[in-house]
Amino acid sequence: METVKTVETTDSRQGKKPLSMPPQKGGLAGKIQNLPMNTKNAIAGYLFISPFIIGFLAFMFFPMLESVRMSFSEVTMDLATARFSLAFTGFENYRWVFRVDPEFMRLLTEELRNMAFSVPAVIVFSFFVALILNQKFKFRGVVRSVFFLPVILSAGVMLGLENSNALLRDMQDLVRESNAMTSTITGVLEDLIGRTGFTFMDVLLEYVFATINRIYDIALISGIQIIIFLSGLQTISPSMYEASKIEGATAWENFWKITFPMISSLILVNVIYSVIDYFVRSDNRVMAKVTGAISGDVAYGHSFAMAWSYFGIVIVIVGILALIISRKVYYYE
Amino acid sequence: MNNDRTAALTKKNYKPKRSSFKELLQRNRDSGGYLFRKNVGHWFFVFVRGVLLFGLCFLILQPLLNKIALSFMSEADIFDPTVHNIPREFTTDNYTMTALLMTYWMSLRNTFFLTLVIAFLQVAACTFVGYGFARFKFPLKNFWFGCVMVLILVPPQTILSTLYLHFYNFDVFGIITFFRGLFFTPAQEGDVLGPLNLLGSPLPYLMMSATCMGLKNGLYIYMIRQYFRNVPKDIEEAAYVDGCGKFKTFYAIMLPDAKAIIVSCFLFSFVWQWTDSLFSNLFLRSMNVLSSTVGTLDESLTDYFISNYGRNAFPSLGYQQQIVATGMLMFIAPLILLYLVAQKGFVESISQSGIKM
Repeated sequence: METVKTVETTDSRQGKKPLSMPPQKGGLAGKIQNLPMNTKNAIAGYLFISPFIIGFLAFMFFPMLESVRMSFSEVTMDLATARFSLAFTGFENYRWVFRVDPEFMRLLTEELRNMAFSVPAVIVFSFFVALILNQKFKFRGVVRSVFFLPVILSAGVMLGLENSNALLRDMQDLVRESNAMTSTITGVLEDLIGRTGFTFMDVLLEYVFATINRIYDIALISGIQIIIFLSGLQTISPSMYEASKIEGATAWENFWKITFPMISSLILVNVIYSVIDYFVRSDNRVMAKVTGAISGDVAYGHSFAMAWSYFGIVIVIVGILALIISRKVYYYE
Repeated sequence: MNNDRTAALTKKNYKPKRSSFKELLQRNRDSGGYLFRKNVGHWFFVFVRGVLLFGLCFLILQPLLNKIALSFMSEADIFDPTVHNIPREFTTDNYTMTALLMTYWMSLRNTFFLTLVIAFLQVAACTFVGYGFARFKFPLKNFWFGCVMVLILVPPQTILSTLYLHFYNFDVFGIITFFRGLFFTPAQEGDVLGPLNLLGSPLPYLMMSATCMGLKNGLYIYMIRQYFRNVPKDIEEAAYVDGCGKFKTFYAIMLPDAKAIIVSCFLFSFVWQWTDSLFSNLFLRSMNVLSSTVGTLDESLTDYFISNYGRNAFPSLGYQQQIVATGMLMFIAPLILLYLVAQKGFVESISQSGIKM
């Protein structure tokens, strides 16, 4: 690096050709060749990211600006030219969303509660599965591919189809009801343990049982997280485990002193990914309401006000989580 | 003698030879009960792990198996309470019917080529951008990377309808209007040669894919950047010293090593694009892609019944259920095929690419 730099600078200062350099071109090409290294780097960098800049400005920034503007105005659409006319109304739409609309706040709080419920379960489940899949056993390849199937099974239109399966849902409800008579395994266990109070242990137990009852949903949304954890586990060098084993550490200690700290940065990534994924996926009811307001009621102002306030809340939650977790994260390098 | 035995026991891969039970007991006594305790613990662990894995795999596969069973049943079988999972009258009629409703083979061909092109464009663009972010210093870099974060965070639903109109009146700073006015005369008097309407062709989405604005592209940029960031700088410098240009360094030196991460991004992109309903419904509807035909399967079934059996005919719920299940199977069958072929590459490449987030 250094040698190159000195060659470049002497080159530009004295205008002499160093021996190893190719013959200089005239015109624009020559000018570019004579630029200092930093400028060249900057130009190359911008050339490399130029697709993103063009795309971001054309297909993200202006539509985003437009939708923010719409959220602050009364929108009427001219069907002939398919153009909007906007009348600025200030925070009227936001007021409507939070104070008038009967559903939005209820759905929002419900989804927030469900998120707080499902994300820890997803993280623990995917970490656990990744730990098992990282071990050596027979048919490991087969088992791994089964665990990554949810990436296909829970993507996009599949999810919608699964949910709109009215008959199946009715049948499941029926089965659940009849089971409530005869009782499920978790139900029996709960009865055995006899949860009565509201102590911490009781709440925890209830959480665990509820998680077990909806383990399929959790397995379905943790495909990517398993892959991320697994890739992280494979980067931990085996020599660490060997060293600690020689020192007499048990597997339990190994887990908490080596595996957990080494994987902690990926826990952060996975928490953020899961939270965003939970809020954005199409079976989230707030998201369904936002898109429904556009396609169903053609209420653009309200819909965008909902979308942006929802988005703001998600950003705040992700920010807080990232701050809290990143304090605990251990970086190896 | 005794010492030899204990030495052998502490060895990592010690496997007891087949020996008489008495000898085994003796060895156990020598080790102070350690041998049995260790073996019992180990086998117990293996057993629990096996049961757990089997259970979880079954959990994931069960709905799929259920659908397969359903798709081969005749309509009478669904309403027969004695038929459970194994069809009594094995039939492939459901498949023929679904293929007809979805215009399956044409849709499949369209979807396949479109998805291939889109995934290729997305991954190529994201590789460029990710490399640019990872290996170059330039002004406002953090700002642009912040924009990538915005891309990851903002759900596409929030900008979808403005994007729709954007493409309905497509114009870049008035340039297109200007040129159209210059080269074409209006077909009718009073026609305004305004912006282009690009909807109804896959062009808008191809443009978006080529500029990293497709589905989850922020994530791919992030993953590829994280990969390239971890490549040691020496390799690149050696290339520069030897007179390799910046672009040549990228494609001749850095790219071949990044095969794993690029393949996994491509597969992700392919799968997500295949199953995507959001952008497909907006931009690719005219192409009859599978994700939109499978989404409207029950409606087209009702339409089929009405047009063939009269106004009041409608399919039974069970039959509708069967057709939707069959459609879903036919929809994911190519993906699963691809997945089985690329399974080794997919799973192993992701885990071996060593993405550090």
